Amino acid sequence: MSHKSFVWICLLPLAAVTAAFFLLPMARLLVTGAEGPRGLAEYLAILVEPRYRATLVNTVLLAAATTVATLIIATIAGLFLQRHRFPGRAVLVAILTFPLAFPGVVIGFMIILLAGRQGLIGDVSARLTGDKLVFAYSIYGLFLGYLYFSIPRVILTIMAAAQKLDPGLAEAARSLGAGPFAVLRDVILPGLAPALVASGAIAFATAMGAFGTAFTLATNIDVLPMLIYTEFTLAGNLATSAALSVGLGVMTWLILALARSFTGNSVAAAG
Amino acid sequence: MRDRIIFALQLLFTLIVAAFLAVPAALSIAAGVTVNYFRGIQSGVTLQWVAQVLDLYAGTIMASIAIALGTLLVTLVVGVPAAYALYVRGGRLARLVEEIITLPVAIPGLALALGLLLSYGGFGNFRRSWLFILAGHVIFTMPFMVRSVMAIFASIDVKSLDEGAASLGAAPWRRFVDVIVPNAAPGILAGSLMVVTLSLGEFNLTWMLHTPLTKTLPVGLADSYASMRLEVASAYTLIFFVMIIPLLVAMQWIGERGSAK
Amino acid sequence: MDRREGECEVTMMIRHGAALKVENCGKTFADGTCALARATLDIAQSETLVLLGPSGCGKTTLLRIVAGLEMPDAGGRVLFDGKDLTRQPIEKRNVGMVFQSYALFPNMTVAENIGYGLRIRGVSRLERAARVAELITLTNLGGLEHRRIDQLSGGQRQRVALARAVAIRPSVLLLDEPLTALDAALRERLRGELNGLLRTLGITAIYVTHDQAEAMELGDRIVVMRKGAIAQVGTPREIYFTPADRFVAEFVGAANIIEAPIESGDLILPGGRQPVGSTGSRARAVAMVRPETIRIVDADKASLTGIVDSIRFAGDRQRIIVRDAAAIPLALDVPHTIHVRAGERIGLSIAADSIRLLPAEG
Ligand SMILES: Nc1ncnc2c1ncn2[C@@H]1O[C@H](COP(=O)(O)OP(=O)(O)O)[C@@H](O)[C@H]1O
Ligand SMILES: [Mg+2]
Repeated sequence: MSHKSFVWICLLPLAAVTAAFFLLPMARLLVTGAEGPRGLAEYLAILVEPRYRATLVNTVLLAAATTVATLIIATIAGLFLQRHRFPGRAVLVAILTFPLAFPGVVIGFMIILLAGRQGLIGDVSARLTGDKLVFAYSIYGLFLGYLYFSIPRVILTIMAAAQKLDPGLAEAARSLGAGPFAVLRDVILPGLAPALVASGAIAFATAMGAFGTAFTLATNIDVLPMLIYTEFTLAGNLATSAALSVGLGVMTWLILALARSFTGNSVAAAG
Repeated sequence: MRDRIIFALQLLFTLIVAAFLAVPAALSIAAGVTVNYFRGIQSGVTLQWVAQVLDLYAGTIMASIAIALGTLLVTLVVGVPAAYALYVRGGRLARLVEEIITLPVAIPGLALALGLLLSYGGFGNFRRSWLFILAGHVIFTMPFMVRSVMAIFASIDVKSLDEGAASLGAAPWRRFVDVIVPNAAPGILAGSLMVVTLSLGEFNLTWMLHTPLTKTLPVGLADSYASMRLEVASAYTLIFFVMIIPLLVAMQWIGERGSAK
Repeated sequence: MDRREGECEVTMMIRHGAALKVENCGKTFADGTCALARATLDIAQSETLVLLGPSGCGKTTLLRIVAGLEMPDAGGRVLFDGKDLTRQPIEKRNVGMVFQSYALFPNMTVAENIGYGLRIRGVSRLERAARVAELITLTNLGGLEHRRIDQLSGGQRQRVALARAVAIRPSVLLLDEPLTALDAALRERLRGELNGLLRTLGITAIYVTHDQAEAMELGDRIVVMRKGAIAQVGTPREIYFTPADRFVAEFVGAANIIEAPIESGDLILPGGRQPVGSTGSRARAVAMVRPETIRIVDADKASLTGIVDSIRFAGDRQRIIVRDAAAIPLALDVPHTIHVRAGERIGLSIAADSIRLLPAEG
């Protein structure tokens, strides 16, 4: 057997599995999306139909808010942890990265424990003001959940990127008279830009498509994955749900591809 | 002085973030062993909820472990040779294949699940079996295995190893077994941990693909969150933590060892 | 208000820079490493002081203390023109620094890099452009203004780093092995350029290097350092011809270090007697002789003889190794016009004043 044919044989199982369980289903999804009463126009419904469009806008806003908040929080904490060595730092890093493997459902439950009917925040606020603060089941709860999901990932990325920054750059800027703020603006943040773009794109794409957290928190939050789910299971609206999920998939893929073309690195969402 | 204040403020901020992540997890662990969460820990500590979960949901736990191991087996058998082939062959085709198999990570699990349902929903036996969920997990985790192994190939210059073995007269498959796989072990291990961790926690796909007879741990979790008392849901989550944390620790350990080299 | 005053000061210092005083500065790092023993140094206005020593001897640490990037151990002080700046962070010290890695900002062009310090100081765009253009000319970077850093060669980067540091008219220019990252030929050329530039600017400079040739050419004075301590301070000539100890003698240039007893002003060697220019006797002395100060003479008339062991071609001269003259093989540098063969017995002549007696250690 020649080396060349051995290489092909190595690829064959992957090709078979991918074709059967990925390419074929995706093709089927595309076709189904166009098989509804509206035909191909189904694909435009996400933009044209007011209800869908409102959901789309809602989802994009939520994802954008999540991304911005995560980037700010993770940059502050990540830079801090990368720059300073102090007792307990390792524990702090462990805590901040530990939720990395939590699936969306579990994160939903974390938010319920925090801001649900028996949650900590409600408990504390009831004691302080007599008013029980419960927001786990609203879009704010979902926002908190997506933060919970994204922060560990982004912190890790930023810490890794900050470690690779040449400390001489900041020192050089300081020697030229730059104070802490100017160093951050002119050296650190530009140096972190690829990492910020990459992890921001992942946070955004994940927040767009995440289903588990929304599902756990409530079925009546108006976001795209929940819409697809209800169209499919409750309304039995195959074409719409297929078209919507194609639209969602194209959007998340585009965001990641754009980020990748900007950073030259591979970017992949998770969860 | 100014530096001290900045340090303190940043530390405080980081502590708040850590608390945001750690406090709910701690609450859930506490709730899982508390007699009555509403009355607090003074109501007593108990394992009754854990026992109840094991009673009710043992099946989902076993199913998840079985599916995770099955997924691991398939990704190993399919993914490792493929990673080798993609790395050795290189070029446009390899990049295209890599791009395609990475897509399932970029597009939401919901879409993939819908596609699978639309394609195979009619095959009743397959649809009702564990294999259906397994197929979804394999597609979702495959890129992690392939990329992890390809990364190690890139770092150990596997091409010259392969050529060295070839110069000694070994046939391609012998070289693969004797030289390639042993040298890729760290990447295979890292990829395996990732695959098992992801499969154990996978919900987006699995929720759509499962049937009442094929429930996994996360599906059971969602179920308990919706219908069980808080203590039971917490105990169930606790069990999930116990399963997932060793994997996380192992992954971090490997990562540190890798970066220390 | 503050800034105005600062600028006046800067303009005044264009040609001179500040006089520096490093007083009692030592550095022990948090992990217990004592990188620098307490040292005191004076650096005159517009002087170039070279810190020379092997890797790890504390040169960078001393430079960073002057820069304000490290805090000296308690009690140490750094004074610029008599003003105590020990507690001032680097951004308040007005120092121009050239890093070994150059640390050029990859997100800025050449011109933006050079103008960065001026931008921070709030210098107007017009003035900035003029100053940048001036420096571009001075450092031979014409035509590269809008290049990105990763489009530059090593030598060009080095010049951008220098131009950037000089642009702010610093009180002192600090250079940490600025040529080490370059290949040998380029290093030699840039060394000459750098020398010219430092003279033109007439600025106070501290230059760190482990390369003695660089130190000799660039330094008004050289500080030789060893294991965190200062071994000797002096002009290049002083360092070369009258090294304070064996370490300095061996580190700066090539040296024959001979251990032998002295009897009434003569070193007693296996190959004969060699006057050292002082009277008296000693049971054990350490003497240094530079290879180029030993001349070959007729063996019959010489008081010191040896046998040619090997001859090494070294381009501009030849190095001859002679055995049996002293307890160690002696190295001689002689012109190509002299012909000897291996195994030949030759006479050696060394002027008494080119022998330097070193303190015996241990
Ligand atoms: N931040 C630091 N922490 C601990 N030790 C250090 C640090 N910086 C330098 N050192 C140690 O101090 C010594 C002197 O270092 P350095 O001044 O960089 O030497 P040089 O520049 O002469 O090569 C070395 O042994 C080095 O390992
Ligand atoms: Mg150094």
